[in-house]
Amino acid sequence: MSLLFKSRQSGAQQHQIGLLQKLLMFFTSHFRQCIASFGEIIRTPLASVMTIAVLGLSITLPGTLYVLVKNLNNISADTQQAAEISVFLKQQASDADIQQLIKRIRTWPEIESLTFVSADDALEEFRRLSGFGDAVDYLDSNPLPNVLLVYPSDKFGTPATAKTLLDKLIQEREVESGKLDIEWLERLHAILAIANELVTMIALLLFIAVILIVGNTIRLNIFNKRSEILVMKLVGATDSFIQRPFLYTGFWYGFLGGIMAWITIAILLWWMSSNIEDILALYNQDFDLAGMSFSTLMSMLGISIFMGLAGSAISVSRYVSQIEPR
Amino acid sequence: MIKFEEVSKTYPGGHLALSKVNFHVAPGEMVFLTGHSGAGKSTLLKLISLMERPSVGRVYINGHDLSRITRRDVAYVRRDIGMIFQNHQLLMDKTVFDNVALPLVIEGYSRKQIYARVHAALDRVGLLHKQNNPPATLSGGEQQRVGIARAVVNRPPIILADEPTGNLDPALSLEIIRLFEAFNKAGASVFIATHDLGLIARMHYRTLTLKGGQMINDGLTETPGVQA
Ligand SMILES: Nc1ncnc2c1ncn2[C@@H]1O[C@H](COP(=O)(O)OP(=O)(O)O)[C@@H](O)[C@H]1O
Ligand SMILES: [Mg+2]
Repeated sequence: MSLLFKSRQSGAQQHQIGLLQKLLMFFTSHFRQCIASFGEIIRTPLASVMTIAVLGLSITLPGTLYVLVKNLNNISADTQQAAEISVFLKQQASDADIQQLIKRIRTWPEIESLTFVSADDALEEFRRLSGFGDAVDYLDSNPLPNVLLVYPSDKFGTPATAKTLLDKLIQEREVESGKLDIEWLERLHAILAIANELVTMIALLLFIAVILIVGNTIRLNIFNKRSEILVMKLVGATDSFIQRPFLYTGFWYGFLGGIMAWITIAILLWWMSSNIEDILALYNQDFDLAGMSFSTLMSMLGISIFMGLAGSAISVSRYVSQIEPR
Repeated sequence: MIKFEEVSKTYPGGHLALSKVNFHVAPGEMVFLTGHSGAGKSTLLKLISLMERPSVGRVYINGHDLSRITRRDVAYVRRDIGMIFQNHQLLMDKTVFDNVALPLVIEGYSRKQIYARVHAALDRVGLLHKQNNPPATLSGGEQQRVGIARAVVNRPPIILADEPTGNLDPALSLEIIRLFEAFNKAGASVFIATHDLGLIARMHYRTLTLKGGQMINDGLTETPGVQA
């Protein structure tokens, strides 16, 4: 395109080329610049490696925390004890009534399983474990009620749903009262909610810092190429043409940083998993560090690329236009 | 082709570098611009290539008022102007070929066209055999010829040269001027700023003379040329 000379033709208009071919040329030109930017990173690895490492590590920290929190979430979801409901039955309910009740509620979708602990069994257990066995013998009658231990199914294991289930159980004719041991579960959930928010906040702060760091690296790149940019402007390069290689550099920083984060997170989790499993074995807990899902891996890479591009875009839009031949 | 109307340029700080300059360069003309150092020659050329804007007055290229060219469009105007500088402005870490190819790469020419045109341009300045060397391995005169090849490689209608023979001995200088003559014969308007009066004296070209920012003479050089 020539602004001043109508009859003058330039590169892309030289031949009567079709739209498809123009598009193809556009993409090959971009592809070439993209590869060229990659080549430059490879050729001057020292400066690039530091920025890529910062990018990678800044994703590693929230990424690892994310995996740990996700696993804790899984534990709390898996732990049925958490939402074990003790249902105390009325004294006057007969054995037949109780069998009826069990039969009825066993079919509820909310209930995974249930155990019946008869008053006699409970008293026997108390006698054995408490050390007050002789005292029990002085009692005229068994003061303990019959108890049903109800374990909610996975979907109804949260404190809120377990509470609803409890209310529903109390409605039953044979039920005197019920007790849900959810305090520690509620606490765990609250802690997990805080942990989730903390991870998000740490991630956000880190991401802002990283965008600024990438921006600074690209700014230095731009000033290192000052003379080249001046010459390019003298021979008619537009700002966007000059900006493109720097944006591709930002893209590559992000891409390589993301790959590095994958590797470091894998190493960290592998290293931590043996320790954590040792500790949790003491508590009879099974802690299987869930690896990252495909979509998590992809979003980590996406975030990393976004940060590389964003940092680069900030610098490029500010500094390329400032360099003008005089 | 290039027209100045009452153009003055005051640099920030208040220095008046050009004062009420008027002239017109016709299409296909070859013109010298002379004057002592500090007379305003570079400033005048920078107003054409939009590296500076006039404080007062208007500059036209091919009838287009340059004051209407926005910042975004400056790059496109420069594609119509081949510029040559005293210090060459070559990229020292690229080969001669890559330097000359730069304007074509920027304009999006195909690989085949780039190859053909760069070869033609380097052939014209006699440096085809050095196309894969870095400019640093070339002599001053050769580097200047690389700069010229880059300026003409996309066949611009206007060629501007600021002291193109500044560091060269008379024989080499004349060689460079002969190159410009050839491009001028091929149809380009050529505008050369130089303080080398001895060089101009050997030519029969229209010469604009600046003194302290004012145009004090516009005409042919008096002395008949001594042909080399
Ligand atoms: N960017 C600038 N800022 C301030 N003054 C300048 C600038 N460029 C040139 N000048 C001044 O303008 C005058 C003309 O400079 P210039 O056009 O470079 O002259 P020439 O090329 O003929 O030697 C000189 O006095 C110079 O000091
Ligand atoms: Mg000058």
